[in-house]
Amino acid sequence: MQSPSVQSETELLRRLRAGDEQAFVFLVGRYSDSMLRVASAYVPSRAVAEEVVQDTWLAVLRGLDGFQGRSSLRTWLFTILVNRARTTGTREHRSFPIADTTPVVDASRFGPDGSWTSPPEQWIEEAEDRLAANRIADLLRAALDSLPPRQREIVTLRDVEGMSSEEACQVLGITEANQRVLLHRGRSKLRQILEAELRGVR
Amino acid sequence: MKLPYGLSQGDTRYDIVCQQAVEMVTDYIEDTLDRVNRQRYEKHLSVCDHCNEYLAQMRETIRLAGHLTPDDLSPEMRDAFTDVFRRWREED
Repeated sequence: MQSPSVQSETELLRRLRAGDEQAFVFLVGRYSDSMLRVASAYVPSRAVAEEVVQDTWLAVLRGLDGFQGRSSLRTWLFTILVNRARTTGTREHRSFPIADTTPVVDASRFGPDGSWTSPPEQWIEEAEDRLAANRIADLLRAALDSLPPRQREIVTLRDVEGMSSEEACQVLGITEANQRVLLHRGRSKLRQILEAELRGVR
Repeated sequence: MKLPYGLSQGDTRYDIVCQQAVEMVTDYIEDTLDRVNRQRYEKHLSVCDHCNEYLAQMRETIRLAGHLTPDDLSPEMRDAFTDVFRRWREED
């Protein structure tokens, strides 16, 4: 997804501060889906995630006058969201799977010498066809939703929202190294799901 | 100390195997491999079609995720958010 350019962001902020409801509707439509996905990593239900997102929007509006633009509007938005979701959430979030050394591809797919015995199956062409025909969104959404919360969150920020690793680390308050471990596991799992869903359908 | 990618300590072998390559793929894409490991990974790619396919699939996975457009909000949520906005506008 494309983030609004700096120029359009300045314009959006100006309109929001002036109380322009259309500007707010645009922003809500653009970010709420990813915000819900990220909030869900911290809270027990969709209903609570919706409350967190709603609270975040109010906090954003109330904070508009104080927003200096030192970070992008998006970074600021997601930072508020994550802080609120953490405060609301009941789950433990201190433990990051830094020491998680489970292989990302099942060991049964390699022989004793570490070479593929069950190599990656072809699915890129099928995915491209479905993308061109707008028939892949539901599959992608279901695949993302099936990732473990921490991995879903980082894949949403990095790959769906297109944040840099620096921006994602800032939003989540995690180190680059932890970010990369989670990203590696999340992306690998997503690939695995796409392979399982799309292989052999041609 | 445990070395990354399943390399054991004192392992001086230059060549990596597929099972190590799949663990290096994100560091390769993110460009965070050190020089030696990048060379090891690229050398493996030069001889392994399957790992080339695997890398292409990881890139495709990222590309597809980037094409996901926001799901439409439910009418209830849109109304709730609009209420938030209108309440805020009255606050001043």
